[in-house]
Amino acid sequence: MIRDLLKALWKDKFARIALIVLGVIYIALFLADFIAPYTKDFSDRTMAYVPPSKVFTIDENGKFSMPYTYNYIREFDSETLQIKYSLDRSQKHYIKFFSKGQPYKFLGLIPMKRHLFTTDSDGRIFLLGTDINGRDVFSRLLFGGRISMTIGFLALFVLFPIGLLYGGISGYFGGRTDMIMMRFAEGVMSIPSFYLLIILASILPSGMTSSQRFMLIVLILALIGWAGFARVVRGMVLSIKSEDYVQAAKSIGASKLRIITKHILPQTTSFVIVAMTLSVPSYILSESGLSFLGLGIQQPDASWGNMLKEAQEFTNILYRPWLLTPGFLIFVSVLAFNLIGDTIRDVLDPKSKVR
Amino acid sequence: MDTIKYIIKRILQTIPLLIIVSMISFFIIRLSPVDPLAELKLNPSVSPETVEKERARLGLDKPIIVQYGKWAISFVKGDLGVTSTGEKVSQKLGERIPNTLLLTTIVILLTWLVGVPLGIIASVRWKTNLDRILTVLTSIGMAIPSFFFAVLLLMFAVKSGWFPIGGLTSPNFADMSFGGKFLDITHHLILPVIVLFTISLAGLQRQMRANMLDVLDSDYVKFARAKGLSENAVIYKHALRNAVNPMITLLGFEFAGLLSGAALTEYVFQYPGLGRLILEAVLKSDINLVMASLMMGAIMLVAGNLIADILLIITDPRIRSKS
Repeated sequence: MIRDLLKALWKDKFARIALIVLGVIYIALFLADFIAPYTKDFSDRTMAYVPPSKVFTIDENGKFSMPYTYNYIREFDSETLQIKYSLDRSQKHYIKFFSKGQPYKFLGLIPMKRHLFTTDSDGRIFLLGTDINGRDVFSRLLFGGRISMTIGFLALFVLFPIGLLYGGISGYFGGRTDMIMMRFAEGVMSIPSFYLLIILASILPSGMTSSQRFMLIVLILALIGWAGFARVVRGMVLSIKSEDYVQAAKSIGASKLRIITKHILPQTTSFVIVAMTLSVPSYILSESGLSFLGLGIQQPDASWGNMLKEAQEFTNILYRPWLLTPGFLIFVSVLAFNLIGDTIRDVLDPKSKVR
Repeated sequence: MDTIKYIIKRILQTIPLLIIVSMISFFIIRLSPVDPLAELKLNPSVSPETVEKERARLGLDKPIIVQYGKWAISFVKGDLGVTSTGEKVSQKLGERIPNTLLLTTIVILLTWLVGVPLGIIASVRWKTNLDRILTVLTSIGMAIPSFFFAVLLLMFAVKSGWFPIGGLTSPNFADMSFGGKFLDITHHLILPVIVLFTISLAGLQRQMRANMLDVLDSDYVKFARAKGLSENAVIYKHALRNAVNPMITLLGFEFAGLLSGAALTEYVFQYPGLGRLILEAVLKSDINLVMASLMMGAIMLVAGNLIADILLIITDPRIRSKS
């Protein structure tokens, strides 16, 4: 079934583009340590808010040359009271490919030094400029993407078992159990989800390590979405439980939990796949919104949402537009996920024509 | 008569729901390790008597169930306590809720005015280029993070100078004539409305299109066509009425989504609404304010669903006969 699905996705023009885009993004994130010229925590305080480096391939004599770049010099103009950046044309810094730069551990395990591209040790190459701390935005985009693009999936893997089991039990047992469980789920759904999200995030204790915080954010995201999902599952279970094979399983004495997990819930698979692919983008958006407000992933860790936090200041929006790049990446990946989700829905549920 | 009975029954159903919501919210907030009165105690302008009164009102030295009971009783009485700056919570909410309602109502009206016709057009021209273009546009609308879009529009506002930056009113609002006030508020509302409109339009248009496609496929529409009715009569007299009913159910969901989406938009535009209030309250760990605005958000959401259901009873006779 999965193969058919992939085939159908490949046949659709939009879905194919979306698959390629996401493929490129995920490969880049996987190789982040290698592709990024700097490590996540590298910062050059003298280079705060530097605009993107200019890369030259034609030198001052009008001849082709190996790509090189100039460093920026930061100056304070006492007349206009502005900080100005100008190129330091006295020294060329050639861009070197596959050469040694800052040491890192590939995937946190293998110590390595080679980067896709770097420049000599005095030179700085900031493809997308730097942030307030003089950190390379391009490198942080890659490291931040690792968090932003996986957190949604992790939340779904927590949420779906809970929702399935909750909906399964509620629908199968029926009666008073069903009543109580569904009222509770409706209660959770009646709180505007973003309000619930920020409140749960705000009660997290402050002194946590970044990986603990990451796990808790995953958990919180999962806590938001399970109720709606459980309700739909319950509706499906209600119709499945009167099927003959469920009666047959009951008559040979299978336990209730076994009937629910082995006989009823597998029938909801295609719905679950559709629901999962359709909800990935909303979790990416939730995480970025939360981090944007400063309640999600915290500095010094990067995520696309918390990188955009700097875009809250007018001066940054106006004079440092490169700080907005994470927003475009969120947009592109959510769009790609949506296109894929639409196609999957068309394939698995040909009757629905929402598209 | 039956309709009224059903409506009353539906209204009564919301009461247990709100009780459950209040319990969930209360226990989540009490999970927090923060002392609910910490901020209040630190504020020098709040007298120790006020702090003492709050402690007694919240019953902080008693078990959590008693605390909940005390909170619930004072909530029903309309006493929501004081904020960390010593203001009355109810007054603060009274300032903010109308603003959020104003924003969301305008957005819902606009999305319906634009989304439903666009959905109909897309379904009638199914699989034509127009339909595809609309699908692409709505996909884009769905994918823009609301806060990012808001930031971009803010950038535009700053650069062009055509729009006021943030807030709901200009500083000299009090001196304006009635017409001037109206124009001023409209001017401030344009950008937040654009953000929320873009984001919620997509879902509505797609749903309308899907409903219409389903209905256009049904036997009675085929029959109407076979009868030789004009295409307009088939679509607007027969198909549309049935396709709109499920949309009304969606109205409640749309309202819920808007309340959430509005929070971030309000934050970016510094719009004085409920979403920004709760955010500020959360950041300052102002427990009374958080709890009260959480409840207000839930009440608004439940009321939104209730209105949608009641509208559905009025427009769809099948529901009345079922009950």
